[in-house]
Amino acid sequence: MPATLPPDSVGLVIPQTLHFDEPLELDSGKTLPHYDLVVETYGELNAARSNAVLICHALSGDHHAAGYHSMKDRKPGWWDSAIGPGKPIDTTRFFVICLNNLGGCKGSTGPTSINPETGRIFGADFPMVTVNDWVRSQERLMRRLGIVQWAAVIGGSLGGMQVMQWAISFPHALRHALVIAAAPKLSAQNIAFNEVARQSIFADPDFHDGHYLEHDTLPRKGLMLARMLGHITYLSDDAMRAKFGRELRAGKINFGFDVEFQVESYLRYQGASFVDRFDANTYLLMTKALDYFDPAAEFDHELSRAFAATEAEFLVASFTTDWRFSPARSHEIVKALLKAGKRVTYAEIESEHGHDAFLVPIPDYMNVFRAYMGRVSTEADA
Amino acid sequence: MRLDHAIISDWIKPNSRVLDLGCGDCALLRELKASRNTTGYGLELGIDKLAKCVEGGTPVIQANLDQGLSPWFEAQSFDYVIMTHTLQAMRHPEQLLKEMLHVGREAIVTFPNMGYWKNRLQFALGGHMPVTKTLPYGWFDTPNIHLCTVRDFEALCENLGLRILAREMVDSQQQSRPLMRLMPNLLAETAVYRLAAK
Repeated sequence: MPATLPPDSVGLVIPQTLHFDEPLELDSGKTLPHYDLVVETYGELNAARSNAVLICHALSGDHHAAGYHSMKDRKPGWWDSAIGPGKPIDTTRFFVICLNNLGGCKGSTGPTSINPETGRIFGADFPMVTVNDWVRSQERLMRRLGIVQWAAVIGGSLGGMQVMQWAISFPHALRHALVIAAAPKLSAQNIAFNEVARQSIFADPDFHDGHYLEHDTLPRKGLMLARMLGHITYLSDDAMRAKFGRELRAGKINFGFDVEFQVESYLRYQGASFVDRFDANTYLLMTKALDYFDPAAEFDHELSRAFAATEAEFLVASFTTDWRFSPARSHEIVKALLKAGKRVTYAEIESEHGHDAFLVPIPDYMNVFRAYMGRVSTEADA
Repeated sequence: MRLDHAIISDWIKPNSRVLDLGCGDCALLRELKASRNTTGYGLELGIDKLAKCVEGGTPVIQANLDQGLSPWFEAQSFDYVIMTHTLQAMRHPEQLLKEMLHVGREAIVTFPNMGYWKNRLQFALGGHMPVTKTLPYGWFDTPNIHLCTVRDFEALCENLGLRILAREMVDSQQQSRPLMRLMPNLLAETAVYRLAAK
């Protein structure tokens, strides 16, 4: 809890809900007849409407990217390290928008919403959503806000995939695309981790085929396991060693299965606290959206052709110890952009934080990020 | 503009696609964009220099040149591939020269000439490895692991089957004097070459 708000914070923020009546046809063939999107905005839109920046969230993210909802909040929004006055995404210069994606569980229409066709909670009946579906819903949000072109669309991990999709689907709608710690598609290993996460949720007796809310329960064990697995893939071996080593909570081995090592305690805590703030069906949907993402598939699996019509300038960044979406995956993106002759800058940041690094204010990372956004801002003012 | 930069700028045709290896803060690329309306990229390993390039608005790829160019670029995708004062720090200079002419139509290379008379003097009379303004490092901490003379370089070009399209010599005063053309290996501190494949 901040006693006073830090000067580089966007401060107290209030999310708003926007309702959309135009039906959205999804890649799966199903249709959402109408839907809500919850958004947060920081900073002010300039008179020329040229300084708007869209933030796309990752698997467990939401619209609350920066600032605090109340003075009682223990932590600020998920990307507070990069968004605020004087930070790389400088809210004194940009109008920043972040939304909770469709299928989410923080207020946008998703599995915990009421299904208008049945009057019951969607649960497992919520349709599968793809990165492409999200970007199309975000484009409607953009029009609703009266924005013709984003100064930049920015995201890390699954958020970075949305950024690529934006550049491909709506080439003229963004001047800059910042793709951080992402991949052009998941590897078999990535999909395998997602599948184990899903199976752990399915295996929970409280899952009830996804209709657990109607049974007044939650698949706590399953979602906890899924999150524990996720956390292992977000950290590097080095980061885990540095953070926990083989430290024992009680200082000695007890020859039992209770928490003994600090890393066990950390994972159990992360898993258990996630259950209180996240919906299992949303988790399942997000992992499928990740698995399905493959923009090159429509272009004979030639990524450079997928990028051929893009007009945005790109910043691609990766982190040395990220093994979930390693630098080699970012190289694929950069190489395809180079082949397509696009303007692209690539930074490979030294870090021990694994995949989580994209949320950490590493000085080298922040310097490049700030330098790039400084230019984006100068162009927006011109 | 530095004389070596001015020489390079003179060689480059307007609206060319240019790749600068070890581009530093992208000063040369910015000059070329201003004077020749070039497009292209820098390659740089140092993250601090990379941030400078980004500030100046030049697209730049953070990469280690010792891993070559083929991981990044298609064959013949640039009009010119430039490398200033970097060749001597490469693990495999000869491979990189070949790769430069694989991804580009022409290569432009500058390097410090070890045959320069001041270097020779320090070595011959002082009996120690030369330390100059151009080569300021001690033998133990120098990144310059593959130093050569003008004569060495031209022999390598001959060996690799590279055509020397043009060469210019520059001294420590950033000047190019007529005598240097006659005795480049003795009088040039920096050599500037424009190369093509045979």
